[in-house]
Amino acid sequence: MAKITMREAISQALMEEMDRDPSVFIMGEEVGVWGGTYAVTKGFYDKYGPERVKDTPIAENAIIGGAIGAAMVGQRPIAELMTINFAFSAMDYIVNQAPKLHYMFGGQFKVPMVIRAVGGGGRQLGATHSQTPDVIFAHFPGLKVVSPGTPEDAKGLLKSAIRSDDPIMFIENATMYQIRGEVPEGEYTIPIGVSKIQRPGNDATIVTYAKGLELSMQAADQLAKEGIQVEIVDLRSLRPLDMGPVLESFKKTNRAVIVEEGWKSYGIGAEIATRIYTDAFDYVDAPILRVAQKEVPLPYNRTLEQSALPQVTDIVAAVKEVMK
Amino acid sequence: MNKEKKLQMYREMVLIRRLEKRGAELYQAGKIGGFMHLYIGQEAVSTGIVAAREPRDRVITAYRDHGVALNCGISANEVMAELLGKATGMSKGKGGSMHMADPDKNMWGGHAIVGGHLPIASGMALGDQYAGNDNVTICMFGEGATNIGYFHEALNLSKIWGLRVLWVCENNEYGMGTAVNRASAVSDIRQKAEGYRMKNGRVNGRDVLKVHDAAKEAIDYVRTNSEPYLLEVETYRLRGHSMGDPERYRTQDEVLKRKENEPIRTFRKQLLAKKTTTAKKLDEIDAEVDVEVQKAIEFAEASPEPAPEALWENVYVE
Ligand SMILES: Cc1ncc(C[n+]2csc(CCOP(=O)(O)OP(=O)(O)O)c2C)c(N)n1
Ligand SMILES: [Mg+2]
Repeated sequence: MAKITMREAISQALMEEMDRDPSVFIMGEEVGVWGGTYAVTKGFYDKYGPERVKDTPIAENAIIGGAIGAAMVGQRPIAELMTINFAFSAMDYIVNQAPKLHYMFGGQFKVPMVIRAVGGGGRQLGATHSQTPDVIFAHFPGLKVVSPGTPEDAKGLLKSAIRSDDPIMFIENATMYQIRGEVPEGEYTIPIGVSKIQRPGNDATIVTYAKGLELSMQAADQLAKEGIQVEIVDLRSLRPLDMGPVLESFKKTNRAVIVEEGWKSYGIGAEIATRIYTDAFDYVDAPILRVAQKEVPLPYNRTLEQSALPQVTDIVAAVKEVMK
Repeated sequence: MNKEKKLQMYREMVLIRRLEKRGAELYQAGKIGGFMHLYIGQEAVSTGIVAAREPRDRVITAYRDHGVALNCGISANEVMAELLGKATGMSKGKGGSMHMADPDKNMWGGHAIVGGHLPIASGMALGDQYAGNDNVTICMFGEGATNIGYFHEALNLSKIWGLRVLWVCENNEYGMGTAVNRASAVSDIRQKAEGYRMKNGRVNGRDVLKVHDAAKEAIDYVRTNSEPYLLEVETYRLRGHSMGDPERYRTQDEVLKRKENEPIRTFRKQLLAKKTTTAKKLDEIDAEVDVEVQKAIEFAEASPEPAPEALWENVYVE
C-alpha cells in the first residue's frame, strides 16, 4: 500500500484510464496549459496533448452539452467543471438532458460521461463560489452522484465512473485534495453504489460522506477518548444510495447522527433519517440528529463563514445528545 | 477636458495601483483571503469609462472590481475594510474582494459568475426604460466572458428592445490562462456585436484619455438613440489572474514588454509632455495617495469584525 494524497489519487485514476482507453479524454476550463486550477491535471497536457486534454472557452453549456454529444457517439469524455458552482450555468444539460436521454429514447442512446466538479466551503470565496449542492444532483433519476472521502475510494470510484456507460457526477471537495491515505498498489476499481464502514463501533452510527467523513473521523477520535465508540458509514455515492450498511449499523447501535456539509433542509440527512425511521423503526432509541450547514448563503468573512459550516465539535455534541 | 479632471483621473489610477499593491501584501500576510483579482495594468479602463459617465449612469462589473469601486467614489477605507472582511466594508465583510457595490454611487457590483451580470445589466436598462428615464447602464466584462451564452443573450435582448447599455469588453488577452485566440473565434471582440447589428468600437486601453473620449461618444450615442453599443478596450493585466497564479501560460518577457507602456506611466508622460502639470505636482499626488492608502489600512485594521448575528442578517429583506 502506498500513501498518497486525494489529488494524486484522482490524477492517477484519470491517467490510468486515459492510458487504458483512447476514447477517454478531458475537456474543461484551464485543464490543459494551466494544469487544472487545483493542479489535478498537472502534466496531462504535455503527456497527452491538446487533443485529449482540451482547454475550453468559459462556456459551461458547451462543455457539458458537448461532452454529452461526444459520449452519445461513442467517446468517453470527462467534462470538468472548474467548480460545482458553475454547474448551475449548465443545469439543463446536467439534470435535464444527460439523465434523460437513455430512458426517453427507450434505451437507444447511451451517455458514458463523467462530470468532475469540485465544491465545498471554507475558503472565503463568498456566497456564489462556496456551495455544497450535491443533493440537488442526487434528486434526478438517471444521473449517478459519487463523492469520495478517501484517496483509495476516490481512485477506485473514479475509474469505475469512467468505465460506466451512464452519466456520472463525480464531486470532489476543494479542502480535501491534500488529505493522505493508503491506496492499493496496482490496478483496482470500486463499484459505484456501495456504502462502506470506515470505522467500526458499537455505541452510535454516523452516516456521512466526503468532507463529512473527514470531520466525523476527527470527532470519532475525540469521542473514543471519552469511551464512546461510533461506527462511521460512508455513503460514497448519493445515487444510487446503498442503505444496507446504514441499516445494519443502526440496528446494532440504535442511534444515528447524519453529517453533511450542505444545508440541512431537504438534505441528505432528511433522506437517510426517513429511510431509517421507515425501515428500522423498531430499533430507534433516540431521535436521529443532523449536523449540516447553517441556512444562509456563505459569507466572505472567515469567522462568520466557519460559524456557518459544520464543525467537529458539532458532531461530538450531536453524538453525545443521541447517547443521552 | 480641464486640467482638474485630468489630475483627478491620474489620482484615481494611482490610487487603484497603490491600494492594490498594499492589498497584495496584506493577502500574502494572510489578512485578506479568498479570491482577489488585481486590476494592475488595467487602471486606465475603468478610470476613463467612469469619468465619462453622468452620475445617474449605472456601472456594473465582474469580480475584478476594486478599480471600478474606487472610480465610482467608494472610499479607500470601505474598499480596504471589505477586503479585510470587516463590518465597515460596504458589503459588511460578507462579500469580499469580488463583491464591492454601492447603489448610491451607482456602482452595482462586482459579480463573480463569469458573464452572469450581463443579462442583469440588460435588466437594469430595461428597468430604466420602463421608468421612462434615459440613464445608461455601463456593463464591464472580460473578453473571456464573451464566449458564454449569457453574453449573447444579453446583447441580443439589449438590441431588440432598444436598451440603453454600454457594453464594455476589457480585452486583456487572457481569461485565466487561456489566450483570447484559443478561446474565441474572433480576437477582436467588437466583431461579435456585428452579428447583432450593434454599433461598436475599439480603443487603446493604455491611454486613459482615449478611453474617456471613446466612452463619452458611446454613452452619448446610447443615450440619444436608445440603442446599445459595444466598446472593446485593449488592455493587459500585469499581475496573475488572481493571487497565487503560477502564470505558466505566458513568459515574463511578455509581461515586461507590456510594463513599458503601462497606463499610469503613459499618462504621466502625456501630462508632462503637454505641460498640463509638473512632475512635482504629480509626485505630490502620489504622496497624498500613499497617505490615503495607509490611512485606509489603519481604518480597516481598527474596524470591528462583523458581529456573530450578522451571519443571519440579509438572508431575506423581510
Ligand atoms: C460561469 C463561470 N465559469 C468559470 C468561472 C471561473 N473563472 C473566473 S474568472 C475566469 C476568467 C475570466 O476571464 P475574462 O472574462 O477574460 O476576465 P479577466 O479575468 O481576464 O478580467 C474564469 C474562468 C466563473 N467564475 N464563472
Ligand atoms: Mg480577460
